[in-house]
Amino acid sequence: MAEVEGAETPIGPTEPQSRHIVYCGVCSLPPEYCEFGGTVKKCQDWLQSIHPDLYNRIWSADALEAATSSLSVEARKRAEKDAHKKALKAEAAEAKQAATIASSKVIIKRVERNKRKFVTAVSGLEAFGLDNKKVAKDFGKKFATGSSVTKIPSGGEEIVVQGDVSDEIEEFLLENYKVIPEDNIELVESKVKKGSGSG
Amino acid sequence: MFKKDISPGSKSKVKSSVQRSLRTQLTTTYPLLAPHIDEIVPKKEQLDAMKIPDRVTLYLIGSTPLFYQHMTDLLLPHLRLVHRFPTCFPSIRIDRGAIRFVLSGATLMAPGLTSAGGRLPTGNSEETRKYGETAVEGEGFYGGRELEPGEPVVVCAEGKVEACAVGLLSMGTKEVKEKGKGPVVEDAHYLGDGLWKLALGD
Ligand SMILES: [Zn+2]
Repeated sequence: MAEVEGAETPIGPTEPQSRHIVYCGVCSLPPEYCEFGGTVKKCQDWLQSIHPDLYNRIWSADALEAATSSLSVEARKRAEKDAHKKALKAEAAEAKQAATIASSKVIIKRVERNKRKFVTAVSGLEAFGLDNKKVAKDFGKKFATGSSVTKIPSGGEEIVVQGDVSDEIEEFLLENYKVIPEDNIELVESKVKKGSGSG
Repeated sequence: MFKKDISPGSKSKVKSSVQRSLRTQLTTTYPLLAPHIDEIVPKKEQLDAMKIPDRVTLYLIGSTPLFYQHMTDLLLPHLRLVHRFPTCFPSIRIDRGAIRFVLSGATLMAPGLTSAGGRLPTGNSEETRKYGETAVEGEGFYGGRELEPGEPVVVCAEGKVEACAVGLLSMGTKEVKEKGKGPVVEDAHYLGDGLWKLALGD
């Protein structure tokens, strides 16, 4: 394809023209659309505390009246029913998420590789909504050492950090990833079985 | 198209020659974007491409999504880009009742546009103004020229300032008015869908 560099660009404005939009901190939509998600109450609380002016514009009695007056009674009822269903679904999803978190564990395992050489393997972060790759990068930066994501035989992934940094990792996780409760972190030790004979 | 959640794919750098051609494609498809193209895709910034399911490529700079493309179809703006430059894309408006259907991924049907709360182009191709909704009800502009099937379109909503969906027309706007029924935009990208929620981090 022929490219005509330059021909395409009329002289544009020098100031940035991009609008800055506030998105809901709870459901991520523009706040005027929060009513269609399942987390309306939470969205309202968030908006009221962070952007009270916007809250008043969107949720004032006048605005609500204007919004629904154009719908037939029947359509309004259906919409309400639908909203109610969505709210229940969102609640159920949240409860499930909370249950997963409560029952999940992050395992920090000290593994002896050779004599006096250790690596530290961290698994179970996904259950807390964390991205292994990103956390591995953070570990690498924090401890200035090799840190990579590897697949484990059982199907999941784990982060392998060079060196024995179990305690430091626990501390780092608790400090930076507050979604993980302290009780849900377990430190274990494992020796590589190299020949089953004991010395 | 993005009803399911999407997990981020790996990013690759777009070659500068491809970046140039994408800029040209964008301003050809959306002439009103031309004055802003240097702000949207600065020549010196690295444009990245991310492969996401169903043979869609998402283009982004850093963690800012810009536009996406299904195979070699027309480039479509990510809704966040639409929100930044709402007057630069051909727009139509659905009535309030249709919003919740569109936001659940349903095909946009003609009655949502032909009812009292809906808006379509006036049909007077001489008329040009800034597209889209405004904060004052009744002041929004939804085009003069009728849009043809296959053209990209942004979907605004009665009583809302921000757009809620974007997609390709499966029926021309003239036909929408004449027939008053049938699918108008299928497989749209809408607020809250997988593409909207895709975590792009940094
Ligand atoms: Zn919200």
